[in-house]
Amino acid sequence: MIALLLRDLRLAVRAGGGFGLSLAFFLIVTVLVPFGVGPEGGTLARIAPGILWVGALLACLLSLDRIFALDFEDGSLDLLATAPIPMEAVVSIKAFAHWLTTGLPLVLAAPVFGVLLNLPGPAYPWLVLSLAIGTPALSVLGAFGAALTVGLKRGGLLLSLLVLPLYVPTLLFGAELIKRGAEGGATAVPMLFLAGITAACIALVPFASAAAIRVNLR
Amino acid sequence: MSIWEYANPKKFMQTSSWALPWVTGLAVSAIVVGLIWGFFFTPEAEGFGSTVKILYVHVPAAMMAINIWAMMLVTSLIWLIRRHHVSALAAKAAAPIGLVMTLIALFTGAIWGQPMWGTWWAWDPRLTSFLILFLFYLGYMALWEAIENPDTAADLTGVLCLVGSVFALLSRYAVNFWNQGLHQGASLSLDAEENVSDIYYFPLLISIAGFILLFVALVLLRTRTEIRSRRLRALELRERAA
Repeated sequence: MIALLLRDLRLAVRAGGGFGLSLAFFLIVTVLVPFGVGPEGGTLARIAPGILWVGALLACLLSLDRIFALDFEDGSLDLLATAPIPMEAVVSIKAFAHWLTTGLPLVLAAPVFGVLLNLPGPAYPWLVLSLAIGTPALSVLGAFGAALTVGLKRGGLLLSLLVLPLYVPTLLFGAELIKRGAEGGATAVPMLFLAGITAACIALVPFASAAAIRVNLR
Repeated sequence: MSIWEYANPKKFMQTSSWALPWVTGLAVSAIVVGLIWGFFFTPEAEGFGSTVKILYVHVPAAMMAINIWAMMLVTSLIWLIRRHHVSALAAKAAAPIGLVMTLIALFTGAIWGQPMWGTWWAWDPRLTSFLILFLFYLGYMALWEAIENPDTAADLTGVLCLVGSVFALLSRYAVNFWNQGLHQGASLSLDAEENVSDIYYFPLLISIAGFILLFVALVLLRTRTEIRSRRLRALELRERAA
């Protein structure tokens, strides 16, 4: 399992994978927003939590189809299916690798992008915290979408259509957590909801993803 | 005699060809009676004017939009557990109907909202969750269309339906939380059911029954079409092989 994780990480970092790309995409989204809504600090500060979350979500979406597609094409997914670890574990590991290469960089880079959007000072710890809690769910759900569409030639657009509605609760509680943190409100409720959704996704969704992979390999 | 007999396509075709005209007739008459009663023989509600009449289309459509998804969940489960093809085809047949019902509910809601709330659209929890439901229907149908092998498509859409159901419910309540957090007290939902009087209640009930029957008729019809197209496909394959 660790070997699989290392292999996926190596592939993502070396072979022109989505490693830096999704981060650059996140930067572009963040830079474009002030051009769209104008440079007034107040407006930007108000919409910053939402923009940062939507940006993170889209950046995550960008690299989803890489999770399984390449392995499906060159046949390594068949080998993994016959390997002595359950498909659920393979799916979880691959989602984890995806999180390490896209989610984690986003979490670490988000404060810098927060400065660009004039995010108020007290919001920064909450920004990092909410992204750190929420992005694993994005990767796990994304792996589910990727597993559903892995056999399709033009699966990319369909993948976003399937996955984005699943992201609604995470996005909602994540942005709400930052907003409340910035205003000094009660943060426990959205934080617990966010953590609960992530924990439930990590625990349950790999079973659905593995089922989808098995169907696609049939 | 068990319900599983109808999982046999032949038995299903026989029974549905007998039942379809009856269900269709009942649906048409219930909708006609419900709507005419509702539109022309009920008084205008105080504060609403004649806009209250949208109720007889809006409420049944909204109810069906949710219940059709529930029906798809049940039929998907039956397919995944017992591998009855008719069940999977019924789920496929129901999805576009659910999509249209969701659209009807959204549009009549907008038409109603404009004179009542002064806006076509508000990010109210109910409206928002219906929009999300609409997206789920779209994704479900798109996945059916995208996959060529019918059994693979049935399996994958079945799994999507299960996961989607959980998240549709989750979104429904998450959105509730979100709106209260943003606009306190600015509740736009009209929980009319509690204070609606009998004058409106009976035609509404008939209209709801009509919509349910209409859905049953459409599902039967569309499932029959799906079964026929599946048979055609099998025939074509056999001819090509011969």
